[in-house]
Amino acid sequence: MSNLLDLLIAGLATGAIYAIVAVGFTLLWQTSQTINFAQGEFVMLPAFLMLAVMHAGAPFWLAILIGIALSLLLLGLGFKMLLVDPMLRHGVLPLAIATMALAIGIKEAAKQFWSAEASPFPSIIPGGDITIFGRVVALQSIGVLVLAILAVLGLTTLLNRTSIGHQMQAAAQNPTVARIIGVPVERMILLTFLINAFLVALASLLITPIYLAKFSNGEVLGQAAFIAAIVGGFNQVRGAIAGGLLIGVVDNLSAAYVSTQYRAAVPLVLLIAIILFRPQGMLGRPEERTV
Amino acid sequence: MTAAKTLKIGLGIVVIAALIIVPMNFNRYGLFILSQWAVMTIAAMGLNLTLGYAGQVSLAQGAFVGIGAYTAAIMTSNGLPLIGALGVAIVLCFAIGWILGYPALRVQHHYLAFVTLAFSTLAFLVFRNEDWLTKGIYGISNIPRPEIFGYPTRRPLPFYYVCLGSLALVSLAVWWLIRSPWGRAFIALRENPVRALSLGIDTRRYTLMAFAIGSALGGVAGTLYAPLTQYVDPVPFHLSLSLDLLMMVIVGGSGFFFGPFLGAMIAVLLPEWLRFTQGYYLMLYAIAVIGLLIYSPTGILGILDRFISERRTKAASAQRAVAKAKLEVTP
Repeated sequence: MSNLLDLLIAGLATGAIYAIVAVGFTLLWQTSQTINFAQGEFVMLPAFLMLAVMHAGAPFWLAILIGIALSLLLLGLGFKMLLVDPMLRHGVLPLAIATMALAIGIKEAAKQFWSAEASPFPSIIPGGDITIFGRVVALQSIGVLVLAILAVLGLTTLLNRTSIGHQMQAAAQNPTVARIIGVPVERMILLTFLINAFLVALASLLITPIYLAKFSNGEVLGQAAFIAAIVGGFNQVRGAIAGGLLIGVVDNLSAAYVSTQYRAAVPLVLLIAIILFRPQGMLGRPEERTV
Repeated sequence: MTAAKTLKIGLGIVVIAALIIVPMNFNRYGLFILSQWAVMTIAAMGLNLTLGYAGQVSLAQGAFVGIGAYTAAIMTSNGLPLIGALGVAIVLCFAIGWILGYPALRVQHHYLAFVTLAFSTLAFLVFRNEDWLTKGIYGISNIPRPEIFGYPTRRPLPFYYVCLGSLALVSLAVWWLIRSPWGRAFIALRENPVRALSLGIDTRRYTLMAFAIGSALGGVAGTLYAPLTQYVDPVPFHLSLSLDLLMMVIVGGSGFFFGPFLGAMIAVLLPEWLRFTQGYYLMLYAIAVIGLLIYSPTGILGILDRFISERRTKAASAQRAVAKAKLEVTP
């Protein structure tokens, strides 16, 4: 029983990171029909940027700031201007395929310019354990969970409580009408790309100390985020959050109770089941099927 | 028009003759690369049927190559003939592809990509974990090469001809298929499924068929892959093979018959020519693919096609202008 609780906490911690990544993924889909197959690589890259800055002699806090700034520039602005904008007119599928090519490119770049070996990455959360209700819990897990929850709360507040958030939702739901009532749709779309870039940088910062910085990290992370987004509901921010937490917990529990060899299979089976029986996801609205 | 046709046939004969004659004095490695090109072309042709002609996205073609390769590896190392393994692989991949097509009846585009992606990862896990069948991460080694009509193909050159011959047979079959009513039904499915349905095409059956046939060709490629490398382990059939095959189809030109030939050539041969860039070639390849997609989402043959049709329109409008001028003069 005690084991179960530990697994749940660890699962929620990784799940919260998946949730952050999945939220960014759904935001891109909602505002600009971008299925970002490179989302996992987007999470892998900022850690390498930060490592590179630290390598140049900067302290950790400065490296984090520069890393986030570079992510906003490359993965937000650059991604939108250089890849999404020119590809969008060709349709959803060619754009998705272009992001697959981008994923390969980013992965190879990390491997070539940094290293094929895993590098350690410092944690922003101090190590050690704390005792809650008489139980020993890794501070790392709690810290990740708290930071992720703060990020998600901040984002939902931005989307639901502020004028900018309302404008972003309007731009996502019906760009034509939004434009008519004076919402700067283009700027809102750019803003979602920047938010996504920030979210992946944050996720990178939280998950890399656990997984180590490795060029192939993106594969696992990207798949977890896709599955979270689809299981939760592709067109709902809260769906992506619920999906992320669920996948994190399912992943950890299946590693313990199903088999370590097939732990990766359980979320995939869940994904196939959801797509077959409830394609809109747990919390999503059905989308009209385009023909 | 007839001149163009003669030119095409002539070019075809020259290319085929070159593929037979030129490799005769290639070394072992060159022959391996060319054989690999033939094998990957077969797999990409299967995906081109599913994606290019029927318009159904699949990220699982690599898994079918894997299923074919393991079928061949397991059967031939137990003394069964390769042709038997080929039959089993085709039936197996056809059946699994058919089942995998069912989600395509319910969902489209990206959802389909995710279902097939999930299948691909699941297949990889089975290859890696079912030690009793696949020998897990150690892989199956010493896979024998077949005897064709009693003639052994152990040496690289004869086996290259086996691959090339298989490619020729598959090409003929696919050529016939896309010109048959089935091929036309696939295209109808891609262009406008609702209209196809209203015209009396059983879209349900053809969607499943597109998946099943495409997957079966993946299996054919796999049965050749196993004796080619003579060693099969899970690594080559990772999701990245499915992505690579998808890139081959897209880069060459999806929905064009010769697209997979070109795409596989670029994906298999280019790394060899770009050796001097060392590890950077995959990065350059990715950038080139993105650039190509931005310029022409239908790939290299798409550019050619656009160029030719533009020229044709120009020629036609010139002819029209001449005809019109004549008409104006004569009365």
